[in-house]
Amino acid sequence: MFARVVWLVLRKDLMVEVRSLEIAYTTLFFAVSCVLVFAFALVQEGQPPVDGAAGILWISIAFAGTLALGRAFERERQSETLRALLLAPAARPAVYVGKLLGIITLLVAGEIVLVPLVALLFQAPLLSRPIWLAVILLSGTIGFSAVGTLFAAMLVRARSRDVLLPVLLYPITVPVIIAGVRATAALLQPDVDAEILRFWLSLLVCFDIVFVTLALWTFESLMTD
Amino acid sequence: MPTWFTPATALCGLMFAVSPFLIANAPYESTMGLVQKIFYVHLPSAWMFLIAAIVCGVASVRFLFRGDARHDRLAWAAAELVVLFGIVTLVTGPLWARKAWGVWWQWDVRLTASLIGWMVSVAYLLLRKYGGPGSDKLAAGLALFGMANVPFIYISVNYWRTIHPTTSVVPTLPTSFGLPLWFSTVTFLLLFVLLLRARVRLEEQRAQLDSLYLSADA
Repeated sequence: MFARVVWLVLRKDLMVEVRSLEIAYTTLFFAVSCVLVFAFALVQEGQPPVDGAAGILWISIAFAGTLALGRAFERERQSETLRALLLAPAARPAVYVGKLLGIITLLVAGEIVLVPLVALLFQAPLLSRPIWLAVILLSGTIGFSAVGTLFAAMLVRARSRDVLLPVLLYPITVPVIIAGVRATAALLQPDVDAEILRFWLSLLVCFDIVFVTLALWTFESLMTD
Repeated sequence: MPTWFTPATALCGLMFAVSPFLIANAPYESTMGLVQKIFYVHLPSAWMFLIAAIVCGVASVRFLFRGDARHDRLAWAAAELVVLFGIVTLVTGPLWARKAWGVWWQWDVRLTASLIGWMVSVAYLLLRKYGGPGSDKLAAGLALFGMANVPFIYISVNYWRTIHPTTSVVPTLPTSFGLPLWFSTVTFLLLFVLLLRARVRLEEQRAQLDSLYLSADA
């Protein structure tokens, strides 16, 4: 039953998105503009800043993620569909997981475009170890979206939600950004220090587990009027 | 207000008036000299910063799961004190660090964790002020997530070298340093309790006023 609700919410979100592609296009274009702004600001005389690529990749993901989270729930608010979702005779945590998977899918799709772009503009060997990079990006994205989905859902009814989402989200996701940037930077070194990589990756996975659990635990009481 | 409030306020004022003399009479620390005296303000305010954060977090969690408005008022008052004592800590810290370490700011674990904790509480207040109706629960959720975040910030930042002195120094301090420190800690603690009580009282009266308006309308 739980898995079925998750699947239905996810399918609904993806179907709405595929029909208009509104969030995918706007978020992606925003992320690309972000990377370009960093390139204009930081690449001087063709020389990218040392160790800059990892940070820029993660900042772009965080910015684009905030935008996608805001839009995804704005759509639910405009037609009061979030209320309908919450009224449905389904477990609230399942609704949360469905929304979370939708956001993660969107962000991963964006990252597929962002990674080669950052690699190209900042001359970073991001694609030399694709599997490790995918694992880092996925675990970071899960942690960021786990907190983001809960906060965006909470803020649907709040005033000035557009400004409040990043204000609440960034301080809480600082460990994800630190661990993601450090792990990616370790991956870009000529000889990868496996111990450092393992440390940051296990931190990311622990963060994911703790915050997904917390969100599932509190979603019910936070979404009750 | 409870009967103890006015005498306690007078005592707190008196202690704040006396503490500069105690601090001035404390001996100079051998390597840092005069600048070390910031420590008598920095450490007590950092402790109050931590106590306020714990009070806010615990009260928020209780509000989230029990729904008692008293806990919510306590959490709000404590969050404002986190911001207040956080500002004192984060201003006196760099002033001292400039002389002791030669830099204003270092991304060391305690500094970073304090800064993030302070930012979470500012976000908490912004949410309460501009979030509109229903933001009390959201703020409680934020406080819960902020508390859960502390170990992660500690572990992630600790991976770099830490240069902040550890708390194990404090019990071994000689009496000449210890007396002004404990005196100023008690002073700050008294100020903390007074401000918390006054702030909770203000919120109680506001809630009472709201319910009076509602009953007058009905």
